[in-house]
Amino acid sequence: MANKRKKDWGAYLYLMPTVVILVAFHVLPIFYSLAVSFYEWDLIGQPEYVGVGNYSRLFDDPMFYKSLWNTVYYAAVSVPLSILFSLIIAMLLNNPISAIGLYRTIYFIPVITSINAVAIVWNFIYHPDFGLLNKILAIFSIDPRAWLQDPAWAMPAIIFMSVWKGLGHNVIIFLAGLQNIPRHLYEAARIDGASRWQQFRHITWPLLSPTTFFIFTISTIGSFQVFSQVYMMTPRGGPLKSTMVVVYYLYRKAFEQFEFGYALAAAFVLFMIIFACTLFNKLYLEKKVHYS
Amino acid sequence: MFKFKHPEYAPVHVLLILGSIFMLFPFIWMIATSFKSQDEILTTSKSIVLLPDLARPSFLNGEEETARIERKKEEAKAWQAEQARPQAERNKKIQAPFHWFDNYLFALKAQPFYRFFLNTIFVTITVTTVSLFFASLAAYAFAFFNFPFKNAMFMMMLGTMMLPQQALLIPNYIFLSKLGWVNTYMALIVPWLASAYSVFFLRQFFLQLPKDLFEAATIDGCTRFQFYYKVVLPLSIPSMVTLGIFSFLANWNSFVWPLIVTNDTNLRVIQVGLSYFSSEAGTRWGPLMAASTMTILPLVIGYFVAQKQFVESQATTGMKE
Repeated sequence: MANKRKKDWGAYLYLMPTVVILVAFHVLPIFYSLAVSFYEWDLIGQPEYVGVGNYSRLFDDPMFYKSLWNTVYYAAVSVPLSILFSLIIAMLLNNPISAIGLYRTIYFIPVITSINAVAIVWNFIYHPDFGLLNKILAIFSIDPRAWLQDPAWAMPAIIFMSVWKGLGHNVIIFLAGLQNIPRHLYEAARIDGASRWQQFRHITWPLLSPTTFFIFTISTIGSFQVFSQVYMMTPRGGPLKSTMVVVYYLYRKAFEQFEFGYALAAAFVLFMIIFACTLFNKLYLEKKVHYS
Repeated sequence: MFKFKHPEYAPVHVLLILGSIFMLFPFIWMIATSFKSQDEILTTSKSIVLLPDLARPSFLNGEEETARIERKKEEAKAWQAEQARPQAERNKKIQAPFHWFDNYLFALKAQPFYRFFLNTIFVTITVTTVSLFFASLAAYAFAFFNFPFKNAMFMMMLGTMMLPQQALLIPNYIFLSKLGWVNTYMALIVPWLASAYSVFFLRQFFLQLPKDLFEAATIDGCTRFQFYYKVVLPLSIPSMVTLGIFSFLANWNSFVWPLIVTNDTNLRVIQVGLSYFSSEAGTRWGPLMAASTMTILPLVIGYFVAQKQFVESQATTGMKE
């Protein structure tokens, strides 16, 4: 069959709708945006060629560095925290206990809800006067704070909310990974007198490393693209621009200040950073991953 | 459900229940707040009052009750006056006394949420069904046919999955404005009718179907489209349902794209409407919580209905994302 149908252009009838839309809206735009990043353009007037002008301006722009630093801060704190907590929950769920389906359902609810709606709810939870968080802290006689209005606390508050939101997704993936580890390894370790920590250190952690690697890679990529919660919880980049992240910065440049070329240059730098991180993960970190 | 066959797991349950409370309390707080009046919300007391003051009417004495009836009459008059000139309705503030669903009514009056719902349902259902159809056609071709540049096409498909979304926002916006599609349903729908992820997902499933079936059917005079329509589609209903759920969720919650390509109120989808309402309502937490509840609830109910299917598919396909 393979040779008989080699010149089978008819197959393209089936591919056409998907390929046309993908090329128009996902492939060509990438080349187009690379081209536009060398121009100064407000979308209405004539584009003006500035060479690498947008890029050199970008590397002199303190607000860009600030947004880059904030993004790295967000990624560096939220990714490990999310992995730590979701791994703990997944290990608790990996016991032969009852009501496991109910727990799984509950932990997954924040994942399916929209980031905007939960951002509004957390805005209220963080409210300095009427928010639930300060009321809970008051029980332990901790002074109230204006969480989202305080430059030192705005980003941690957003990170905390984001970890809560994404936890369930990682729990489900970790749980699937944990269930692939053969039970008899633990039984053998127990007979040899290994402690719980030793079992974790020498069985769970290495055998789970492909899953952890997957979650780490996906979460890092996702966290560099953080936007919605920042947009909804801290308008205009937060107190002293402490929550100005790269995607929010390029959103403002493009759709509020209409500097499309400049915004696209920022988008490309971000893309290169994400790409470099992914490559580093793939080449360096994956060496430490234990594939059976 | 809780039989405690294994008492040694009691600490595990304690930890998991604490975690569950942590996961659920924002939603409980949200729903509770959505039924409270602004006065109740803005008490600066340090205590945590979860339930709205349900007993309130029974505490009213005779005079207060008469006053309340008077107020209700005035309210009814005001309402009738409003009906005569609905334009002024927007600026009207809800007066005390407070009733259960006042926050919801306030939110529905302030922004045409019903319209946002209809937009969201229309866009979500269109995109979900049409993209499933297109993706299944492409996946069928990849799984059953050999054609020129097959591998190149497949690599291009996978390549689009690796590109960051925000790099696409701006050029697509420029492209759509050239087409004159900004502020149309086309902008909300057309770019999402193709999904490389769906094609990949379905191709993996179609490859598991026996090839002999295809050859036998073509020898018997079955056309390729008939085979797709009469054999492949019915066999792949479970994976289509799973994909449909993913697609539905992603489209219902999509925010950044509709935010950028529409600014006409009549075209707003629920997430964008919610974000506008949030900046407009400011500190009116009751109506804000009511609006959030309305946005979240349909999904959570749907999730409980489709729960088993969903969690299982998430566990098995998550690794291929």
